[in-house]
Amino acid sequence: MAKNISFTIKFWRQNGPKDAGHFDTHEMHDIPDDTSFLEMLDILNEELINEGKEPFVFDHDCREGICGMCSLYINGTPHGLTERGATTCQLYMRRFNDGDVITVEPWRSAAFPVIKDCMVDRNAFDKIIQAGGYTTIRTGQAQDANAILIPKEDADEAMDCASCIGCGACVAACKNGSAMLFVSSKVSQLALLPQGRVEAARRVKNMIAKMDELGFGNCTNTRACEAVCPKNETIANIARLNREMIKAKMAD
Amino acid sequence: MWLLNSSIGRKVVMSVTGIALILFLTFHCAMNIVALFSGEAYNTICELLGANWYALVATMGLAALAVIHIVFAFILTAQNRKARGNSRYEVSTTVNPGKVEWASKNMLVLGLIILIGLLVHLQNFWYNMMFAEIAGFTNGHSPADGFAFIIDTFSHWPLVVLYLVWFAAIWFHLAHGFWSAMQTLGLSGKIWLKRMQCFGLIYVTLLMLGFTVVVLGFYFGCAPSLDCCPDGACCEAAAVCCQ
Amino acid sequence: MAKVLDSKIPAGPVPEKWKEYKAHQRLVNPKNKLKLDVIVVGTGLAGASAAASLGEMGFNVINLCIQDSPRRAHSIAAQGGINAAKCYQNDGDSVYRLFYDTVKGGDYRAREANVYRLAEVSNNIIDQCVAQGVPFAREYGGMLANRSFGGAQVSRTFYAKGQTGQQLLLGAYSSLSCQVNAGKVKLYTRYEMEDVVIVDGRARGIIAKNLVTGKLERFSANAVVIATGGYGNTYFLSTNAMGCNCTAAVQCYRKGAMFANPSYVQIHPTCIPVHGDKQSKLTLMSESLRNDGRIWVPKKIEDAKKLQKGEINPWDIAEEDRDYYLERRYPAFGNLVPRDVASRAAKERCDKGFGVNNTGLAVYLDFSESINRLGIDVIMQRYGNLFEMYEEITDVFPGDLANEINGVKYYKPMMIYPAIHYTMGGIWVDYELQTTIPGLFAIGECNFSDHGANRLGASALMQGLADGYFVLPYTIQNYLADQSIWGKISTDRPEFDEAEKAVDAELTRLLNIKGKRSVDSLHKELGHIMWEYVGMGRTAEGLKEGLKKMHELEKEFDTNLFVPGTKEGLNVELDKAIHLRDFFTMGQLVAFDALSRNESCGGHFREEYQTEEGEAKRDDENYFYVGCWEYKGKGVEPELSKEPLEYEAIKVQTRNYKN
Repeated sequence: MAKNISFTIKFWRQNGPKDAGHFDTHEMHDIPDDTSFLEMLDILNEELINEGKEPFVFDHDCREGICGMCSLYINGTPHGLTERGATTCQLYMRRFNDGDVITVEPWRSAAFPVIKDCMVDRNAFDKIIQAGGYTTIRTGQAQDANAILIPKEDADEAMDCASCIGCGACVAACKNGSAMLFVSSKVSQLALLPQGRVEAARRVKNMIAKMDELGFGNCTNTRACEAVCPKNETIANIARLNREMIKAKMAD
Repeated sequence: MWLLNSSIGRKVVMSVTGIALILFLTFHCAMNIVALFSGEAYNTICELLGANWYALVATMGLAALAVIHIVFAFILTAQNRKARGNSRYEVSTTVNPGKVEWASKNMLVLGLIILIGLLVHLQNFWYNMMFAEIAGFTNGHSPADGFAFIIDTFSHWPLVVLYLVWFAAIWFHLAHGFWSAMQTLGLSGKIWLKRMQCFGLIYVTLLMLGFTVVVLGFYFGCAPSLDCCPDGACCEAAAVCCQ
Repeated sequence: MAKVLDSKIPAGPVPEKWKEYKAHQRLVNPKNKLKLDVIVVGTGLAGASAAASLGEMGFNVINLCIQDSPRRAHSIAAQGGINAAKCYQNDGDSVYRLFYDTVKGGDYRAREANVYRLAEVSNNIIDQCVAQGVPFAREYGGMLANRSFGGAQVSRTFYAKGQTGQQLLLGAYSSLSCQVNAGKVKLYTRYEMEDVVIVDGRARGIIAKNLVTGKLERFSANAVVIATGGYGNTYFLSTNAMGCNCTAAVQCYRKGAMFANPSYVQIHPTCIPVHGDKQSKLTLMSESLRNDGRIWVPKKIEDAKKLQKGEINPWDIAEEDRDYYLERRYPAFGNLVPRDVASRAAKERCDKGFGVNNTGLAVYLDFSESINRLGIDVIMQRYGNLFEMYEEITDVFPGDLANEINGVKYYKPMMIYPAIHYTMGGIWVDYELQTTIPGLFAIGECNFSDHGANRLGASALMQGLADGYFVLPYTIQNYLADQSIWGKISTDRPEFDEAEKAVDAELTRLLNIKGKRSVDSLHKELGHIMWEYVGMGRTAEGLKEGLKKMHELEKEFDTNLFVPGTKEGLNVELDKAIHLRDFFTMGQLVAFDALSRNESCGGHFREEYQTEEGEAKRDDENYFYVGCWEYKGKGVEPELSKEPLEYEAIKVQTRNYKN
């Protein structure tokens, strides 16, 4: 049965990338603990609007953990703390207690400038994919889907790599602001499949070059990324990325 | 030059130099263990590594490795701080406690402790031995008598403590550094990551135990190579006894 | 005057139509392609695949999306899979069978020629996606795996774990990214289309709002393609994403594009029941769960009463006291009946008082039998991520052993209830996917064409990608062939001025109401009206009542809305207010269409028209047509035109999933 909790929410306000930003606080009363975190923020906004204030801005969309839009840093953890990894929208208030102070911050990384409050610009991820995260094929000209057999293990592993939702929690958690987990997941997915092997060398070089150009940091293997990844991507992908890169450069 | 320009390239440089330095430590440890058993044998090795051309070249190479490793560490850290941006989190990261190794987040600090230890160590030994031989001076013992320098150095308890702290820092640094290097070189994966971590931990622990045993052996005078005392009662002040 | 709608279906037997069309359509030569611009609004499966394909062919494409990245479009949330007539399972599948199942599933209200084309290109989609590196599930031999889905007796659904939509969208997104990199597609993220600009009777551009700066911007092109999804969020609570809206489509409708079959709204049977009035959206549990889960409510009303009060638990109820009502009513298809049938059956049980939640609005989806037969490991492999998702939301893990009665082990069941999921209705398009405004095309969920009155599971992904990769890139050329003489259209033309001014005036109007009600509070109220009067079971009376209430609420919206902030910069509330304005138009349109269609078919169920057993009663004599609506002004009843349906290949019959 649902019980109600009351707590203080401390949320980040920032008007554009150049603004210094500050925290606002608000008391929340009698929130049912089967409310999702974002629904709680909806209630907060309803209260703010009723007070004539501007609502708290944050990114969200599908609210079922797959679109990767939601991006809040809650009490020191991207997406909030859960055991098996979940996005902010899948975080429920039963994980909090009566009387808590809940601090909500944006992803903080040089490559993700703040647009407003906790909404950040993650365009850099798109640019990395545009640099090579695809197979260059022409629509309608593909051969039969079963023409190349792919071992189940490889397909399954590629699927795990492809599960990345591009939310940016890995960058947010990394003390180096590195995007290696994101990049490695895409590189790994395509490197594991015969369809992706054709362009593997070109892809990894271009994507890494773009990642560096956009100002992401260097990976120092702290594993903070995989600890917070809502889709449980692992640093085995990063090892594969490194391998692919070294292989590609050796062949130059 | 992708080794300079690319993030993965720079990390590869760190890994390769790091692994090379671990190999050097392995060699150094083996040499120290020789000292545990025979001062004469140890001095023979020291002589081999005196101011000969090949030893000098090797020393230069070694120094280059260390310098590259350190310089790259600073470059990478500077870049990473920049990538992190200017705004800091109000609540510092609590990412699933226990999932992030402490050492992995403090490699630079550990590295700096190691660097300080290294300078002391170079002063204790290299300055008095190889450098003295080149420059043509002697400091207490003959530059070729490494064994005497060991006995000398490790008879002072503050130095012993310093060395032990230094070893601990190196242990932490390498405990992360070994598998991290393998990871960066791509010699890791879902299964191999655990193997590398396990192997690295055992290897580094044995390595640092080797160094520790030598230091303590000389401090407490238990090293078999010290059995110059006729009655074997030389544990109190080994160095004095042997003179 | 009701117009006569020309669907431009090519002549010839149904299976030959598409081949004939492609063989004789006009093409654009490569040089001219470079001169032609196309605007694609939306980056879901249809939008991204169309933008990528058009870019690759050589057109200059302008592509917009409201999210921060094309990869966020709501196609990403489709779980179950995508249909194709590959017959890899050697189970007798064929293009014809997929065509037939889709038409039948759509309750004989789809356009035959379109559906056949869809079935035909379905196989190319799978080939295309595999070549893109979409990691579909595979068997140990390395061949692609399939699962079965509602409304079909063959296994033709390809899937990638429970994330098929995500993988297909990422595939289309990667192709799109490739074209962005090649410079053929210009991508605008966090942009929303506010109006379509019509010059000399043709769609020549759009007015879009930069959501970050708040500025209105003009885009001109030789053709405009909208791929902006459905209007499910009119109901407030739905499985759609929070950002899903029908503003682009409604604006096209206001500018003269006809809207077809708006009353065909799909209610998905397996969603997590509503838990409170603060809820913002409903979460779907994949339909694939019905492969191994059995749906039931108690046989005895007193058990249901006790369950509602929380006095007993579902696992205390013995096998003989459970009513597996789908298996009982539809022995041939059992738990795998189409979505509309399953949803209505659940509503029927709950209306009779057998619902099981504290609200009485839920039924059980039970895996006990499958777990006992296959073992928990197999079930976890198939549905583990869904079980975990369910637990995160409800705090109940469906794989937990709860009780043992007479040696039979019972596991904790899920609770499910139907919810708004997909809209079959949409902008009317002809065979070429062109709307009634020349130069304006609609693809994906946004158009009405392929699903008739009800969509089968795993067909939405198929349709979106078919439209985007394989249909529109051909048919749009037939239109563009003589358009290169126009050159670039200047955005300084008076038509653009006028459109931008009108949009700006609307923004000012909404901001200046300065009333007391927030957008969400009004939207919730609209949602209640929609669900209550225009939901799963409709009556003429109720629909009229609903229309009245919507009208009143719209007045409240126009006079008592409060939108904080200004036009400049990011203003989320203002954007939501625009969406709500259009949900009002849409809600009324759905009600008008539902009121005019005096029959029950697919997603449209009129309680007056049902058999004694409670099955939908279609009226093919009077309603065998596509209802097309033309906008006549705010608050005025739109005008109905009809596109009569003609079936050549399939004999129209009563849908039967019983035997």
